[in-house]
Amino acid sequence: MKNTLRQVFHSPKFVIGFVIFAALLLTTIIYPIVVTADPLEMVGNGNFFKPGTYVSVKDAVEGTRYTLNIDVKSGSLDNKISAEDKEAMKEWLLKFGGLTEADIDTDDVEGLIGLWEANYSADAQQKGLTASKKKYYVRLNNSIDGILLDNDVIIARENPETGELEQSATVGSREFVNTKDVANRRTFILGTDNFGRDVLTELVQATKTSLRVGIIAGVIATLIGLFLGLISGYVGGVVDDIIMFITNMFTVIPSFVLLILISYSVGQNARGVNLVGIIIGLTSWTWTTRSVRSQVISLRNRDHVNLSKLSGHSMMRIVLTDILPYLASYVVMAFILQISSGILSEAQLSMLGLGPSTSTAATLGLMMNWATAYAAPLNGSWWAYFPVVVTIALIAFSLNLMNTGLDQVFNPQLRD
Amino acid sequence: MKYLKGFKKYYGQKIMWYLITLIFAIVLNFVLPRLMPGDPVASIAAGSVSGMTDATAIQKVLNDYAEKFGVNEPMIVQFGIWAKNAIRGDFGVSFGQYPRTVADIIRSSVGWTLALQLPAILVGWILGNLLGAVAAYIRGAFDKVILPVFLFVSNFPAFGMAIILLTVFGINLKWFPTSGGYGFDLIPNMSWEFIRSVISHYQLPFWSIVLITIGGQAIGMRSMAIYELNADYVKYSRFLGIKDRKIVGYVFRNAMLPQITGLAMSLGTMMGGALVAEIIFSYPGIGSTLMTAVRGQDYPLISACTLIITVMVLLANLFVELIYGVIDPRVKAAQQD
Repeated sequence: MKNTLRQVFHSPKFVIGFVIFAALLLTTIIYPIVVTADPLEMVGNGNFFKPGTYVSVKDAVEGTRYTLNIDVKSGSLDNKISAEDKEAMKEWLLKFGGLTEADIDTDDVEGLIGLWEANYSADAQQKGLTASKKKYYVRLNNSIDGILLDNDVIIARENPETGELEQSATVGSREFVNTKDVANRRTFILGTDNFGRDVLTELVQATKTSLRVGIIAGVIATLIGLFLGLISGYVGGVVDDIIMFITNMFTVIPSFVLLILISYSVGQNARGVNLVGIIIGLTSWTWTTRSVRSQVISLRNRDHVNLSKLSGHSMMRIVLTDILPYLASYVVMAFILQISSGILSEAQLSMLGLGPSTSTAATLGLMMNWATAYAAPLNGSWWAYFPVVVTIALIAFSLNLMNTGLDQVFNPQLRD
Repeated sequence: MKYLKGFKKYYGQKIMWYLITLIFAIVLNFVLPRLMPGDPVASIAAGSVSGMTDATAIQKVLNDYAEKFGVNEPMIVQFGIWAKNAIRGDFGVSFGQYPRTVADIIRSSVGWTLALQLPAILVGWILGNLLGAVAAYIRGAFDKVILPVFLFVSNFPAFGMAIILLTVFGINLKWFPTSGGYGFDLIPNMSWEFIRSVISHYQLPFWSIVLITIGGQAIGMRSMAIYELNADYVKYSRFLGIKDRKIVGYVFRNAMLPQITGLAMSLGTMMGGALVAEIIFSYPGIGSTLMTAVRGQDYPLISACTLIITVMVLLANLFVELIYGVIDPRVKAAQQD
């Protein structure tokens, strides 16, 4: 046992897979201790807030302000004028400003704005432009003027008695706030999702729930597979025929279909996280049954098994002490693959809308389902789905690596 | 002659076995949803009796529905009626897309799914096997760099790969359209414009299925080929001085066989994944139909979708097994005894 373990941990593939998996598992355990907020709390009032740190505007205005001698104009120009706006400006300047391609450099915002200010005129003859396009240029020009205008922003308060506005402060363009001074701030490393929930916190909880689904499915599938495989292989005869007939049937009937049918049948209300795990386990035992059976068949006529039989040991004892230990490596490998396919199955079911119905926990599949239902890809909210996809891939990758590593340890022919 | 007779027996047995499996699958398809807790008809009928206050009238509507759906008959009679209708292609009327019939909805989506998945899985399988074989033969850098990449890629779920391709090529680069099977402003016809639209809509779903299929197949093929390359017959052939090319041919033929069985066994899983990938692109196939059906609690449509998926997987499996009988010399030999 000790020796096998040492051998296993010498396989680089297994070790890499193990480290990734352990890191994911540890994160799901440690993160909730550090961040105690409810993962499904709807923090954001609105959907898909970008990743970043959000500071309270009121706190920022009322806090200590520092004047920094930094050129803020080009920064805000860069931020507010998009690449499309720049292209549109270039197009206008080429067509109606009488400039040539060589004069204009869209990468140099200040230069471009300078040219724009010098040449643009809303009254110019603009042949071939639609009215809406003309209006667009007017709007663009106004917003550029607004940015260029170096006026102070006035902060005013409403007097509760008279109802009049009273100026309380002015904010110049070079005044800054240290984010450390702002008492109310919140960092969303991965933004928020469609319900305004912190994606990172939700993701960690979802990973944990999905792993639970995978492990429940894996345990059930492995137990059923092991049990049927052992009986079928060891007893043989009619029992073997019957079990193999059923197993072959369930191998060809797509488990995906069974999953859909059973999940739909149990009904929306009953479908909790554990039940989904159980259903997945109940539909994915065929591979294990087949491989265990073929292993048992090759084992059952070995000398040590025959010796055991001659000694009058019970079938139970023979199976447990003379056959099972030889299968251990296969069973562990099958179990690892079952976990990974269980997590995938949950995700697919949830995408179809047949995932666990829970108001207390998210799963990776449910997160994907929400993100696609609210068209996250189409509005550019990559943070709502990309981390989920990568997490699923990482779990599957680490488990498969562990499996390949084990395979190489136990099947010397596959070693490099 | 004896040889042919053996084949007939082999094929006869296979087809019989698949028929029995199909019947079993149909029974499951019928029975499982009916095990649902609560009365499905009552919940459907609840829609039409909402607002009614007269208890006898409500009971009358419920009875009417029960009779229409035949739920007051014993299960076995219900099955008989259901099976008779199903054979004629009559799966009833969709609840969600009333008054379209289920058969009509299925007919309009099954073609899309077949045209997408069959070529995608085949191309992925062929490319994957070639890549795996080359990796096994060349080893070295190719094996060390490209294979781990594919190993990682193959672990992406199909819908994950779909959503990534969609983001990169559909939304950021704007090379391909992001959803649907053809332009939303077109009506299906045989014009060039329509065909061009279909082809450009086809690209992203197709490649997302191909990419994830490649990885898994390449890894399987690589280990099979390495296993074969170390076999005694290879050493013996080398010893005899047979050309390398010829040996490689033998090796790949032998390594291919388990890959074909592997294809047959994992077809169901692959199709399941690809069906979910359809949803990402709102591709008008069975996958998207299934999702709409689930959302709308459209039970006749769900049942018909699962049945058609089962039939497709069973047919594909049967096809692979029949081909296997032709290429595997061991099957041939067994039939000659």
